[in-house]
Amino acid sequence: MIERRLTRERGMSLAEKLGSVSWSFVVLLGLMAGVGYAMLYSAAGGSPEPWAFRHGLRFGFGVLMMLAIAMVDIRIMLRLAWPLYLLGVGLLVLVALHGEVGKGAQRWLDLGGFQLQPSELMKILLVIALARWFHRASLERVGNPLFLVPPLIATAIPVALVLKQPNLGNALITLMVAGAVFFAAGVRWWKFALVIGAVAVAAPIVYESLHDYQRQRILTFLDPESDPLGAGYHVIQSKIALGAGGMFGRGFLQGTQSQLNFLPEKQTDFIFTMLAEEFGFVGAASVLALNLLVVLYGLAMALACRHQFGRLVAAGITVNFFLYVFVNIAMVMGMIPVGGVPLPLISHGGSAMITVLIGFGVLMSVHVHRAVEIEGEQGEV
Amino acid sequence: MRREQGRRAVFTRRMLLVGAGQVAIMGAMGARLYQLQVVESERYKTLAEENRISVRLIPPPRGRLTDRFGEPIAANRQNWRAMLVAERTDDVGATLATFAEIVPLTEADRARVERELRRRRRFVPVVVRDHLDWEEMARLEVNAPDLPGIMTDVGQSRIYPGGEAFAHVVGYVAPPAEADLDGDPMLELPGIRVGRAGLERAHDQALRGRAGSVRLEVNAVGRVIRELAREEGTPGQDVTTTLDAGLQQFAAARIAEESAAAVVLDARNGEVMAMVSSPSFDPSLFDTGVSAAQWREWTTNPRAPLINKAIAGLYAPGSTFKMVVALAALEARVVSPGERIFCAGVTELGDARFHCWKRGGHGWLDMREAIKQSCDCYFYEIAKRTGIDRIAAMANRFGLGLQPPIELPGARAGLIPTRAWKRATQGVAWQQGETLVHGIGQGFIQTTPLQLAVMTARLVNGGRAVEPHLTRAIGGVPAPGGSAGDWPLIGIPEAHLRLIRDAMAGVVNERGGTAYASRLPAEIGAEMGGKTGTTQVRRITMAERERGLRRQQDLPYEWRHHALFVGFAPSQDPVYACAVIIEHGGGGSAAAAPVARDIMAETLRRDPARRQAPPRPALQVAAAERSGR
Repeated sequence: MIERRLTRERGMSLAEKLGSVSWSFVVLLGLMAGVGYAMLYSAAGGSPEPWAFRHGLRFGFGVLMMLAIAMVDIRIMLRLAWPLYLLGVGLLVLVALHGEVGKGAQRWLDLGGFQLQPSELMKILLVIALARWFHRASLERVGNPLFLVPPLIATAIPVALVLKQPNLGNALITLMVAGAVFFAAGVRWWKFALVIGAVAVAAPIVYESLHDYQRQRILTFLDPESDPLGAGYHVIQSKIALGAGGMFGRGFLQGTQSQLNFLPEKQTDFIFTMLAEEFGFVGAASVLALNLLVVLYGLAMALACRHQFGRLVAAGITVNFFLYVFVNIAMVMGMIPVGGVPLPLISHGGSAMITVLIGFGVLMSVHVHRAVEIEGEQGEV
Repeated sequence: MRREQGRRAVFTRRMLLVGAGQVAIMGAMGARLYQLQVVESERYKTLAEENRISVRLIPPPRGRLTDRFGEPIAANRQNWRAMLVAERTDDVGATLATFAEIVPLTEADRARVERELRRRRRFVPVVVRDHLDWEEMARLEVNAPDLPGIMTDVGQSRIYPGGEAFAHVVGYVAPPAEADLDGDPMLELPGIRVGRAGLERAHDQALRGRAGSVRLEVNAVGRVIRELAREEGTPGQDVTTTLDAGLQQFAAARIAEESAAAVVLDARNGEVMAMVSSPSFDPSLFDTGVSAAQWREWTTNPRAPLINKAIAGLYAPGSTFKMVVALAALEARVVSPGERIFCAGVTELGDARFHCWKRGGHGWLDMREAIKQSCDCYFYEIAKRTGIDRIAAMANRFGLGLQPPIELPGARAGLIPTRAWKRATQGVAWQQGETLVHGIGQGFIQTTPLQLAVMTARLVNGGRAVEPHLTRAIGGVPAPGGSAGDWPLIGIPEAHLRLIRDAMAGVVNERGGTAYASRLPAEIGAEMGGKTGTTQVRRITMAERERGLRRQQDLPYEWRHHALFVGFAPSQDPVYACAVIIEHGGGGSAAAAPVARDIMAETLRRDPARRQAPPRPALQVAAAERSGR
């Protein structure tokens, strides 16, 4: 019923659009931000300053921005896909030339009090661009290797720029997000196998060209106890905090590892550890489940979409979110090297929160406009 | 349409696959979380506690050392310090500048503070000035509002009220060296001191006490968050020594000009009432660290200020040994007390000539006169009759040649030679001429002033083998050996001892005695007995003897004789025994006897009649038990 109506009408009213927003998804995100607020309150030793209050403020602003983007017609995004992509690349170039240097890498662009990490934004813009490319393509065309060359180049350019910053973690995530779009578009299995094989061969060569601190992270990951007071310290202290939390945790504001500062960067990278120490396995597993729910929601939106462009965009954005969560949590549990990736919506950090909510805004736009007819597709429908 | 459906089918299939993969990965992370948080939780909880809790030791106050009357000879002084905590002030430089206006601060102090501030974390207090006096403390307190970051506290430092007079006996404390680390964690504390010499070292365990501890919660940089538990330590025990501080001071002052040593014992039980060695040193210098120049001065000084000559100085006993020879001869029945032996001034044995100190000789002498006038020829004769091994055995019964069990580290055993000793160490047989030389306390024989005092005590206390000791009580618990009955007899007939005692009284109190000039002043109301001794540092050549160059003061200092005196008082009912040695003092009667006289007079002046030392608690208990029965 509803779908027929949406299909019929070319232009939806604002009220209709707002009505078709998945409000339960928004509530889910609010729940996550609430967890973040509580944990940042605890990280400050029981105070809304300096993190929790700003976190809440940013979330409020971010949600408004997300809803605004959700109202934007998906067809406008389709049209602007390539200009947006070029804008993203331009920002990456700009950051390489004028960016703030932090922790040995050029990543940030200072936009008058608001710091932007273009590499985060780039992932969303790349997803939109790739979705635009594959939107018109039949499975036969996707099977043609030559057809895959332009999107590969479009992927390679931002990946190379991010790698150059240097930000190995984000470069890899960008690559994987792009890979997810390629996969969703129907690129053959054996082609992925070919690329992965090539990477395995190239890995030793890449390792040689890595920065010392990146190599150190990889080495520390392989044997954290080898350097307990150096780079391995973070991971060891994080594992101690997780283990000390036990089944039910030490209680809110009671985590000794975090409250006594044994845990590094507890308001950003290691916020999950802090949560796990204070609320135990029960709390940590709940947050894990919450994140999984967001991911599954995203996939459901992707599957429900009636046009290929929306599907691909939704798939890419969902995978992007999943990778954030995975990298962060696996990192604090000592499963993968320390990467400086925050836990979306829970960690402190404006740029990450805004870019994640921009991504979800696009996702919601896909959901709101899941049944619109896109002209370019008509011939094939 | 069919194409679109194909694409959508592929997309759906693949997304379900991706979703399944994501669920699987999340599940794996959940499993890992379960393993860390539930399965291995205990291990990590322990690690977290270790992170969080820091155990710190609280050093206990070190026990005091007191003399027999309870007067402190080693004590602790409150050391008021001003500390700076960098994080509590906005401007360290300004605070220090204000501080310097209130309490003087040297450039060196300032440089040290700045160096330490750079090295330590901002919340660790750094000592700005210590040993502040009361007025300086008051000024700092008044100006506290202008001195952000400055706080005051009190530590303890060791002081020695007796100073140099007690240095050799009491010893000193110093920061522990590698060798001092005996596993006691307290020794790792900054500012801790251990006894490094003398009684401070001998009783270090008792004086040290046991450290208390406090369990603190600390954060990752070591800042203390709060105190969790506190366990009080045990303060070090006070040690009551046998010394009489006033007598010790007097004796030290009396020999201060010389390189000398003196020991006063309670002859009845071996308590050391005074033990001095000169020159001395300031024991408090070790607390803060001795400068290289000071150390060089001490160690290269030929008078060896760091050596306790009373226990570690080895000297031939000279004529003070003659009583032992006489007793050995009496016991061997090779001479009777009344037998008279002729002294011609020289004794000949084969080709060798052995001179008496008196050129013309003493003529006919019995044993009492021989001791009184210290005739050498008499003792050449009876030593020859007795033999060295019997003399050595008698000497050993008087403690000579044996390690005295005194508490002080570094006491020497000296040497009493025997035939077997000479064969074993020198590979040649004992010569009879050597027996003669040893009969007057010369030759290989070596003794310490403490041993000579012990010998004298055993001569006059009825022949009890008292051993010298310095400890009356530790922590209020009396040390053994306080009464005469604690000591075994050495088996000398009382008649022999009475003869010796009488002869020694004659030495001091009769005309012709070698120490007649040093009898006690009449006001003391008691007489002293004793025996002089003069030992050659260097053999007098025949040429010198003929030239008549024999006046000691004409010789260079280091060639002059050592002067000795052993004595006791009162002569009728002896209580105290003493030994004095003045290195290169010349003669025993001229140099050592007057010193001994003064020390003994002072000892008697301080006698229990006027100043009774509290009896040992054990005796009180014993007396109470007796009266109870």
